[in-house]
Amino acid sequence: MIAITNRRRTLERAFFLYLPLGLALFFLVGPFYWMAVTALKTDGDIYDGAHSPLYVLHPSLDHFVYLFAKTNFVTWTLNTMAVAASGTISSLVLGVPAGYALARLRFPGVELIGTAIFVTYLVPTSLLFIPMIQVMANIGLDDSIWALVVVYPTFLVPFVTWLMASYFRTIPTELEESGRIDGLTRLGAMWHIVLPLARPGILSAGIFAFTLSWNEFIYALTLVTASSERTIPVGVIVQLSRGDFYFWGPLMAGALLGSVPVALVYYFFVDQYASGLTAGGVKG
Amino acid sequence: MLSRIVDNERTLGLLLVAPVVLLLAGLVAYPLSVAVYSALTDQTLAESGRFIGFGNFVNVWDDQIYRQSLRNTLVFTVGSVTLKLCFGLGLALLLNEAFPFRRLVRAAILLPWIVPTVLGTMAWLWMFTPNFSVINYVLAQTGISKTGLPWLTDPDLAMFSVIIVNTWRGTPFLAISVLAGLQAIPLELYDAAAIDGAGKLHRFRYVTLPLVMPVLLTTLVLSTIWTFSDFGIVYGLTKGGPMNATHVLATLSYGTALSAGNTGEGAAISLTMLPILLPLIIWQLRRVRRSVVA
Repeated sequence: MIAITNRRRTLERAFFLYLPLGLALFFLVGPFYWMAVTALKTDGDIYDGAHSPLYVLHPSLDHFVYLFAKTNFVTWTLNTMAVAASGTISSLVLGVPAGYALARLRFPGVELIGTAIFVTYLVPTSLLFIPMIQVMANIGLDDSIWALVVVYPTFLVPFVTWLMASYFRTIPTELEESGRIDGLTRLGAMWHIVLPLARPGILSAGIFAFTLSWNEFIYALTLVTASSERTIPVGVIVQLSRGDFYFWGPLMAGALLGSVPVALVYYFFVDQYASGLTAGGVKG
Repeated sequence: MLSRIVDNERTLGLLLVAPVVLLLAGLVAYPLSVAVYSALTDQTLAESGRFIGFGNFVNVWDDQIYRQSLRNTLVFTVGSVTLKLCFGLGLALLLNEAFPFRRLVRAAILLPWIVPTVLGTMAWLWMFTPNFSVINYVLAQTGISKTGLPWLTDPDLAMFSVIIVNTWRGTPFLAISVLAGLQAIPLELYDAAAIDGAGKLHRFRYVTLPLVMPVLLTTLVLSTIWTFSDFGIVYGLTKGGPMNATHVLATLSYGTALSAGNTGEGAAISLTMLPILLPLIIWQLRRVRRSVVA
């Protein structure tokens, strides 16, 4: 009797849990398998219809060598790292204190300012890139990586501010009040008491800011046109295609390498990431 | 003296938000006003243009390609968001169960969302490429379709393909957000419902669904805004083709402003996204406000 119910349970789990989970994994991760397989093949094997394309017959690093020797991939990587680092740091430096002010301090216009920051967070970049090209040209930052350094905080800061404001609201006010009774200034209480407690929130805001700047596409495509100033997402697809023709091997190698850093970052911080997603109800 | 002034709540508050306000005024509000001004001129990449009132908006509205792009944007958004909702909700329920390697599976599932969208899109472009499409190879091997399907060259199928890729990218966000909402539900509620004789379906309908609803609505609104304004996936896969069948407002405004060089008209096209985006933004704003006050 027990054996029968157990077998039914196993069957049920196989059918209603493992099967759909397997299909979901296949759909979501499959393209990365194909990316990796293509990157590791020789050109001969990629375009050879004679045997199955599903696995690597003659593993080779040719495409990676091509990427490093024949394209600006190293420069793009350095550019992307620089832009992501500066975007993360500047958005935390600006957004964390602002989030604290919105969550804790009463001052004239606080509601209006909070609303305005939230609205700018929801205004999509595809609405702003055309005038942004003009604005950057006017201040002499056209066609330089500095344009991205200046522009990325515009979508990172509102996001960090909101995420942090909702995080600060979860920290009890009594702690800083007792600190103030002990003689700390407001700024001192924020620095010595609240910020250490907010470290997990700051960490997830930082992870989001880093991945958002690493992945950004439309500004990187339209504000910067010199190959030496490009980031990975733009550089890879622009330099590894000619019209409708694509260099699939190096392109997939570049896509793979361009994805690894963010994949690593969030693999180690996946819990922070997941909790951050919902904290401000916001984006990654 | 200085520290006294800074310790004043009002002064400190204004000091802390001032840099953010200045940044957003200079690099969001100002560009937005530049966009409105350009949209009212016949500006091109080469010339600063002259004021033509609502000429661009009138022209754009009479343009077949614009109307088609608007329709495409709506089909793309409704199609993708519906699929993401179904897959995301289902996946969240699956991930909420206990099974081996759950942490690893959860991390793997997030991949499409976390890596640069255009790079993931390139993998799909390669899978859809005529002659070498791995999807068509599998279809042929399994005998489902000898010749394979024209994924990106047939107008209807191309729209289907961009929707699939958008669903691929956005499902993890929905699933992981909803999962966090599911995990916040106290188990006692399920026990109580079970004691009252509620079956699996009833527990889902009367316990799970109402409690994840706030998270679900937030992720849906955000997902709708991002899908509606998406650029990278369509640009990467089809650049709006074949025959404008997948052009959305974001790619059309890019093409008009940068490829054709009509920046005024391009700005006008992108501004026409606002009447649809604004109600969503305002609705979400109200919900956030209520939750902050409560």
